[in-house]
Amino acid sequence: MADPALVHLTVNGQPLQVPAGTLLIEACKQHGIEVPSFCYYPNLSLQAACRMCLVEIEKMPKLQTACTVVVSEGMVVNSDSETVHRARKSAIEFILTNHPLDCPVCDAGGECELQDMTFKYGAEQGRFVEPKRHREEQQWSPVVYFDRPRCILCYRCVRACGEGMDVWALGVANRGINATIIPSHQDHLECEECGNCIDICPVGALTSGAYRYQTRPWEMQHVGAICTFCGDGCKTTLGVRNGEILRGDNRDKSGINGDFLCIKGRYGLDFTRHPERLKQPLARRDGELQPVSWGYALETAAKRWREIQKAQGAIGVIGSTRILNEEAYTLQKFARQVLGTPHLDHHRTADFPALFDALAGRGAESLARLDDLKTAPAVLLVGGDPTPQHPLTAWNLRWGYRQHKTRLYVLNSGDIKLRRQAYRYAQVASLAAAVRYLNGEGEAQSAPLTGVAEPSEKRWPQTPAAEVARLDEGLQDFRARLRQEQDVIIVFSGDIAGDSVRDLVAFGNSLSGQTRYLALADNANARGAADMGLYPDLLPGYVPVAAGQAGLNLEQMLAALPRQGLASLYVVGANPFRSHPVAAGDLKQTFLVVQDLFLTETARQADLVFPALCAYEKAGTVTNTGGQVQPQRRGGGCEGAKSDLEILHRLAAAMGEAAWGAADPDRTLQEIRAQVKGYDLPLAKLLAGEAPLALPLNGRVPRAAADLPLRPHHDTLFTAGTLGRYSATLNSVMEGRADKR
Amino acid sequence: MTTPHPLETRVVSRRFDQPDAHTLAGYLASDGFRALEKALAMAPDKVIEEVKASGLRGRGGAGFPTGLKWSFVPKQSPREKYVLCNADESEPGTCKDRLILEYDPFAIIEGMLICGHAIGAHRGYIYIRGEYRYLLDRMEQALAEARAAGYVGKNIRGSGFDFELHAHTGAGAYECGEESALMESLEGKRGIPRLKPPFPAVSGFMGGPTVINNVETLASIPPILLNGGAWFAAFGPPKNGGTRLFCLSGHVERQGVWELPLGFPLRKLIEDLGGGMRNGAKLKAVVPGGSSTPLLPGNVAWDLNLDFDSVAKVGSFLGSGGVVVVDENTCMVRFALRIMQFYRHESCGWCVPCREGTQWLQTSLTRFHNGGGRAADVDLMKEVSENILGRTFCALGDAAAMPTLSILQHWRQEFLDHLAGKPCPFGARTTAGAVGAH
Repeated sequence: MADPALVHLTVNGQPLQVPAGTLLIEACKQHGIEVPSFCYYPNLSLQAACRMCLVEIEKMPKLQTACTVVVSEGMVVNSDSETVHRARKSAIEFILTNHPLDCPVCDAGGECELQDMTFKYGAEQGRFVEPKRHREEQQWSPVVYFDRPRCILCYRCVRACGEGMDVWALGVANRGINATIIPSHQDHLECEECGNCIDICPVGALTSGAYRYQTRPWEMQHVGAICTFCGDGCKTTLGVRNGEILRGDNRDKSGINGDFLCIKGRYGLDFTRHPERLKQPLARRDGELQPVSWGYALETAAKRWREIQKAQGAIGVIGSTRILNEEAYTLQKFARQVLGTPHLDHHRTADFPALFDALAGRGAESLARLDDLKTAPAVLLVGGDPTPQHPLTAWNLRWGYRQHKTRLYVLNSGDIKLRRQAYRYAQVASLAAAVRYLNGEGEAQSAPLTGVAEPSEKRWPQTPAAEVARLDEGLQDFRARLRQEQDVIIVFSGDIAGDSVRDLVAFGNSLSGQTRYLALADNANARGAADMGLYPDLLPGYVPVAAGQAGLNLEQMLAALPRQGLASLYVVGANPFRSHPVAAGDLKQTFLVVQDLFLTETARQADLVFPALCAYEKAGTVTNTGGQVQPQRRGGGCEGAKSDLEILHRLAAAMGEAAWGAADPDRTLQEIRAQVKGYDLPLAKLLAGEAPLALPLNGRVPRAAADLPLRPHHDTLFTAGTLGRYSATLNSVMEGRADKR
Repeated sequence: MTTPHPLETRVVSRRFDQPDAHTLAGYLASDGFRALEKALAMAPDKVIEEVKASGLRGRGGAGFPTGLKWSFVPKQSPREKYVLCNADESEPGTCKDRLILEYDPFAIIEGMLICGHAIGAHRGYIYIRGEYRYLLDRMEQALAEARAAGYVGKNIRGSGFDFELHAHTGAGAYECGEESALMESLEGKRGIPRLKPPFPAVSGFMGGPTVINNVETLASIPPILLNGGAWFAAFGPPKNGGTRLFCLSGHVERQGVWELPLGFPLRKLIEDLGGGMRNGAKLKAVVPGGSSTPLLPGNVAWDLNLDFDSVAKVGSFLGSGGVVVVDENTCMVRFALRIMQFYRHESCGWCVPCREGTQWLQTSLTRFHNGGGRAADVDLMKEVSENILGRTFCALGDAAAMPTLSILQHWRQEFLDHLAGKPCPFGARTTAGAVGAH
């Protein structure tokens, strides 16, 4: 018998079968029947404004918009009749009446939906002979430009900004032929500058200040890369011309982020073209860093390290949360095998070891992917502010709230924007105490609240003094409601660590239904650095080192510098001196080697600097904060710089490790898949970008002898650690803000 | 105040000659709120049955049966239900609701209260056209009196029935007379229409089940309740129950608003009530029900009876009751242009065919009338109108296309007489500017 959840209909004589509740336009798309549209956009509210998707439906006297009609049993549709073709042709003709035909200079030319549809469905000649209405172009922000005559009023930008981003900075003003999209502040935008409005624009009405008039789409190669800013792992398709990265977007909706990108992912990548990029190794001579050849630099490092090894001096290694998995794996191997040192660490922003320790003995069912947030019935968010720090996480949480009525419980010490989507919101003085309370230990009073919000209070209400008394009750209610949930994803940031993470998992495991976990770490490959064993006490896959063999952690290494406790410090893609300033005198006895893109606070103090390529300029894999492994592809280049993998291999060769051979990311990946437990991922899926989940759940993870406090970046919308400082676009947005104040 | 004409049947307008009907005392003195009293004693279903029996069809323009509309509202609803009065009277040629608002505001209040009882709503809004600012004051005054006397508010006159009623002003948009755009506007948003379904009876104002009726429709309710549905239905031909207000304008000797039974001959309206054609000119065309309805040639109109079905039979609509008479001295190209200027100005801009099409037609007609017409324009304008018709989000596009198409069809020769280089044959004699106040 027919499945009641399926509906049968006929389109152009072809029988279709789709789930009940499907929109006709989607039903057609699923079966390869194109119904053209401009204003319809999946998962945004319905408009029926462009009238492009009109189709004939039997028993309905007028043409119907396929984007608003829900399929029904026995429906007979014709999307290919003479009437329908005439209607489409006329819709295009109407749209083109006031649309300037400046395609040869328009940024969208070549990738314009109106252009494509005019070719496919439009007339060969226009019949509108009246003068077109012209308006001057407007600049709304450093990144957003608006060319009003080109706008076809599909309202996609308005919805992407409002419904998708929860920013609501775009609106519609005036009526009739004077109707227009307007920015939030009269003549300019004050928004999150994410640029989703620009990429969702089907024509060239909204264009990007970071890209406009630089090239034509067909002159670029389009390379699918993974964003190098936060840990969410968005795919960004790089537009590359002559080795130069000109733009990033994800219009093809591939990757885990669909077409979403934040400002950093879309515009921050211009750091690759920053004039201060290092393109030659530097060595300190006469107190100054001076350009030297690669051969000299590599020889110098190898020679000094061999001397230090002979003298049994201590060498510290600080790795990066932005280098690729292959490089992180090779770095720990280099440190442990070539330099022979246990002193290895990285800048930690989330406590993965504590999470995996708490989850010991469990499997994939206990880990949540970022995507799962879109459909989760309930989510508990502890600490952090995903809106600026993990924009895709925030996007997915809003998606779930919008499309699936996700109940979002927020436990935070501050007032974060996701409060607007919160089902229950508890603002507490101490997250650790609140988590302990959730887990049933201690009193609610130990985690004093400053506010509990109901979902109806959308606009960040201040807690009235009279209500403070019932706040204690609020946390009880918060916990009681959570306990009734059957399927919860617990998301936590680096604002909690160690025992708090274990308390949180204990609480999650005490819930009756399914509970999954997601830890939020900063920077593109923070999770990869952790998984690949950039720890003084953990080998790749969180396997503990032999008892008593643990080295110094990052803070211990830095603390050792003034005491001349390290003979050498090798810093790869990190900038520890930014948070821990070190006086020049403290480094007198330390041979400091830094490998980076720019002369950072750390690199400026170095004895030797290797210029490195950035993530967009090399191939390999990265692991996002949820453990999804994705391929990184080489988009651009930087003459003179080398990948961290290549530098490591060359250093190994210079140190006499002949067996290492030339750098080859594919071979290293094979080694990782074979050696790192939880990384034996299906290669085909990985390379196809299906983002398979790494599962480094390898039993108990012992607590470190010395706890290293986490240091989350607490990035804003427009900052991203050290790297973001070199993006002209990010800087211009912040300067624009400052000017307006 | 208007004195009745001997040919009139005054039901809705029965208080138009009573100088104090707009005060509560005056209203009560002439049967005021007696229908409410009667309705509150009836079961809600019985009230709806009575309205159904009256054959009352919406007086706003679409002519949907009122009783049926009320019966669509679900009995149980988790959301609050509402009664809205559409007093955004903006259709060119229509000026009847303003008389009710001015002379008999309590009848609207009473009609809404009865509707509230019938559908189980306890809150209502009267959305008054922005240009009717003085009528907003009038209505506010009536509401204040009604509230003070316990006819609006909690436990109305001890009946246990609660109903809150507020007046609200529009801001000068024709589109806000479209019921769903009115609701958007009333909710404080931009006045654009909503997707249907869901229809207002299921999800309307603030997402609650809503009945929205025209002023005249609501003002017809109290007499129907007092005298019975059958009494009202008997005024007109079958399925076209009752009387309605006809607004006669254009080239007649005497313009005005008269209440006539449905099915009243148009010829008698022009000759007996309107005093005949102005200066004895010949009749060229008639707009039968407001500017949105297709124009009828004089010879067709002359024998027409003014009820929903008769007008539909000759290819137009009874619409809002705005009858515009056009004489032989009128340039129909200019007439089409004047109508299109209105619709271009009033298109909300939401959907493509209406936004772009009305502007296209308006610019083309302007050029055409100014002597720049090309032979190809006549068929092109027809095709552009056809491309608007039936393809827009709401009925405003149809409203712009239908009169234009009818003019292009019936007076094509006048367009050909305007072709390039020729001045308007009607020259200064043209008087089409009489249409519409916008």
